[in-house]
Amino acid sequence: MNTSEIKKSKSALKALQLSKQVSSPEGTLTILDHVSLDVRHGESIAIVGASGAGKSTLLGLLAGLDVPSEGKIWLDDVEITEMDEDGRAALRANNVGFVFQSFHLVSSLTALENVMLPLELAGAAHAAEAALEAIRTVGLERRKGHYPHQLSGGEKQRVAIARAFVVEPTVLFADEPTGNLDNRTGDTVIDLLFRLNSETQTTLVLVTHDLNLAARCDRVLHMEAGRIEKDSPGATKDRADSGRDRTID
Amino acid sequence: MISSPATTAHLALKLLARDWRAGELTVLLVALLVAVTALTGVAFLTDRVGQAVELRAVESLAADLQLSSTVPVTPEYADIAHQDGLVTASITSMPSVVFAGESNTLAAVRAVTPGYPLRGKLKTSDMLLGEIRVTDDIPGPGEAWASPRLMARLGTGTGTELEVGGAVLRLTRVLDFRPDEGWSFVDLAPTLLINEVDLEATQLIQPGSRVTYRMLLAGERNDVDNFKASIEEKLSDNEKLVDIKDTNPQIRSSMERAGRFLNLASLVSVLLAAVAVAMAARRYSHRHRDRIALMKCMGASQSLIFRSSVLQLLMLAIAGSFIGTVLGFLTQMGLAWLMRDMIGHVLPAPGLQPAFLGLITALSILAGFALPDLAQMGKTPPLRVLRQDIDPPPLRYGVSWLAGVLAVLLLLLWIMRDTQLVLTIFAGTALTFLALGIAGWLLVKSLQGFRGAAGVAWRYGLANLARRGRESVVQIVAFGLGLMVLLLLSTVRTELMDNWRQSLPENAPNQFLINIQPHEVDAMTAFLEEQQLDIPNFVPLVRARMTRINGADVTQMTFEDPQGERWARRDSNLSWAAELQADNRVVGGAIWKAGFKGREVSVEQDFGRELGLELGDELGFDIAGESVTATVTSFRTVEWDSFSPNFFMVFSPGVLEPYPATYITSLYVDEAERSTILDLMRNFPSVTAIDLDAILGQVRDVMDKAALAVQAVFLFTLLAGLTVLWAAVQATRDERRYESAMLRTFGASKRRVLSGVATEFVAIGLLAGVLASVGASLAGYLLATRLFELDYHFSMVLWLAGPLAGVLFVGVSGMAATWRVITHPPISVLRSA
Repeated sequence: MNTSEIKKSKSALKALQLSKQVSSPEGTLTILDHVSLDVRHGESIAIVGASGAGKSTLLGLLAGLDVPSEGKIWLDDVEITEMDEDGRAALRANNVGFVFQSFHLVSSLTALENVMLPLELAGAAHAAEAALEAIRTVGLERRKGHYPHQLSGGEKQRVAIARAFVVEPTVLFADEPTGNLDNRTGDTVIDLLFRLNSETQTTLVLVTHDLNLAARCDRVLHMEAGRIEKDSPGATKDRADSGRDRTID
Repeated sequence: MISSPATTAHLALKLLARDWRAGELTVLLVALLVAVTALTGVAFLTDRVGQAVELRAVESLAADLQLSSTVPVTPEYADIAHQDGLVTASITSMPSVVFAGESNTLAAVRAVTPGYPLRGKLKTSDMLLGEIRVTDDIPGPGEAWASPRLMARLGTGTGTELEVGGAVLRLTRVLDFRPDEGWSFVDLAPTLLINEVDLEATQLIQPGSRVTYRMLLAGERNDVDNFKASIEEKLSDNEKLVDIKDTNPQIRSSMERAGRFLNLASLVSVLLAAVAVAMAARRYSHRHRDRIALMKCMGASQSLIFRSSVLQLLMLAIAGSFIGTVLGFLTQMGLAWLMRDMIGHVLPAPGLQPAFLGLITALSILAGFALPDLAQMGKTPPLRVLRQDIDPPPLRYGVSWLAGVLAVLLLLLWIMRDTQLVLTIFAGTALTFLALGIAGWLLVKSLQGFRGAAGVAWRYGLANLARRGRESVVQIVAFGLGLMVLLLLSTVRTELMDNWRQSLPENAPNQFLINIQPHEVDAMTAFLEEQQLDIPNFVPLVRARMTRINGADVTQMTFEDPQGERWARRDSNLSWAAELQADNRVVGGAIWKAGFKGREVSVEQDFGRELGLELGDELGFDIAGESVTATVTSFRTVEWDSFSPNFFMVFSPGVLEPYPATYITSLYVDEAERSTILDLMRNFPSVTAIDLDAILGQVRDVMDKAALAVQAVFLFTLLAGLTVLWAAVQATRDERRYESAMLRTFGASKRRVLSGVATEFVAIGLLAGVLASVGASLAGYLLATRLFELDYHFSMVLWLAGPLAGVLFVGVSGMAATWRVITHPPISVLRSA
């Protein structure tokens, strides 16, 4: 896709010529090198690549958690690279959900309170009811009063998914969502993630090592040394099932 | 996104409640509670004891305020006083000869009005050496009450008639004690108390008679201050206001010392608690970075997080100050109850100011020492959710702590209103921090050399110390400071308190004998020997009038200090000595050596300052019509509360000997030997005995109350010190737990992990202990010599106790904090990390 095409299309997420450099004792290090991409509403994309390929850096930039050294990003047609941190935060509050590899549940909050947190931050009126509904959706109603350390890894990630979907985000970013889970639990969590994704027509941006998981997305972006080397369509579900154990690392 | 203050407050409250429930705020709140409890407890107690002490002190005035005049007090003043809500009474006093049959003697006749004394109580008995009872009465019309000395001189008992001027009065009671006895030389004559209605009949007030009119005033402090302010301008030259500051230097001296002890204790408590709060806030902010990153990730703005943090601190301050104030009040009530027998009467109710102070303190400490960390926590970049190694920009502790220190400094200056004390302690604490920091850093660096000395545990422990270089130094400083205060309190405090109390020992002189003629000294020595009493030191006294300072006529000089002018205008009591008494200390210049033949004078420091004297000044005196000069060669401090005979001006031997002198002395006579004094007065009729028991009792009472309060207050300081230690252990608890779990995972035995942790904590404890010993010794020395003017002896115990306490305390706390790692499977620690 060329630059002019990206600018014209109506997208959930667009990036243009993104670069990220950091200084290190050895000199300037280029982590992302002129990356452009376009994600349509309701589309799911997987970003795959070896460790250090720049996947998480790209995710951080797309979600507005970090600023690029060069290039521009539009989230739901709003350019976030021109905003300050608070502006990006306000945009995230209304448009973005996250699921992380290490869950990032607040240890001092119960499962229900963790799900309530983004609603409370957004000033939602019926945070508790909505959070309870979301907890129910991920099947953890009986665990709602438990603290993170009282939950298993799969349960923690289900709480994190409930927390991500409860604000009905335009784009959901998931960073290695099954990275800390065993295969069976990982499958359950991924099924849940894709089910909710299709039900809510959320745009999904997924960073993963898991090729099986990547194959369930509409598109797969292969990264290498800070560049997108290949942008391919995802595989069918049948193919994905047989490739569960093929991981890149 | 949340923007209204109400919703921000709602969010802040929710987060605070959840943090509290999850135990995240325990250390912070406990540190805050200790600070507020200590400060309000101290403030409540200080307030009450201070009121009691002041009450006791005003008793020596028999009022809150006295208006003294050589002419009848303007009636207008009494009207103003009554309008201001004050109660009044009056004393008209004059010297007069009192007759009882054939015998007569000079007495100080005091005619009083009902209500006298407005503060304190009179004590009387029906007969000499009879049962002494407290009374609210005054002599009725036609009656008189005489002091035991007056009765001894007249050789009479109760029930007889006395002639006072033109009146005949019946002696109905023995006046054993009046609160305004004092013991200055003008009060030498024994007292005869009469009712003011009889004054006219005595016809003692004649032109030229030496009458002093006193109006006594008492009431609420504000009303007294108002009256004082409104009257001061109107006073004529004959009229003078006297409040407790102008009376009884012994009580004042004790009160000042007590005040310093109390202020010192509460000041250190606040500083320590502030350190504990800072450490707890640091831990809190470290533990909450992930949450902040997550909240930002979910769209929370930096300003929302900051506002929410400020609100949380505000709520914490309000909760902490409320609970702390209640605890402070309860603690103080408990202490007051414990002290009830020793105090002898109920303490006055405390004021509300301490509660207000509690809130101000909580706010200042949190704003100064917790807010910088929380503000920095708010700067955590949201990217931390993806990369755990991303931290907020490092906090410039120098700047933020300076703000905190300034906040608390201003607070303390406002509370204590003793700039010198606050600044001294503050500078001392700052220097201690700096010195401990530098020393700690050097010690940590020097430990590097021992890394290869022993096994893995040893290496791991020392490597940890070095790796966490800055944290280790902070911990050593915190532990060191905590231990230092504990040491200072447990050893130095005891010594300081003992020294202080010893300055007024049980057998402090309680009888002053004056007017002893030179030829009577030997006879009196023999008499006292016969009575098996200790032979006291007889000190010569020469009456003189100062005439010149450096050749200039003092009557023509102007003095900056009005007190100095009064000293210069009145008769002086001079003495001489080959060497100074133990309760005198030279603070400027030098005292003469044995065998010195010159003309020198040593001047009491405050007296010298009030007169504007300097070393080398030449003073001229008129003694019995002859002029005598001497050069000021030294300044001294005098422990007036030692109750030994002391003088503002002491001459070198050989200057005053040719002039007429009397001798004075002081001795201790216990209750059973009281009759000896009566015998002595019969044998030496010209000698005047002054009974100091009453005033000694007052001073002891003040000291006892103050000492007890000080001990109690130091207990709070101890608690604050313990909180600092606790906060220091808590500060790195998570990290240590995690690391130990990792070691266990790698196959380290429980014993080895324990040894590693123990090595680190024991090393920190040892270093902190050594620094604490050095610090406590120096601080103790400085406090004793500079602030409290007491002798100080360096103690070996201190040098052993510091390192030992450090090793035991820090070692044990560190082990306890990491114990769970050893007893629980490491996976539970790793999972919750």
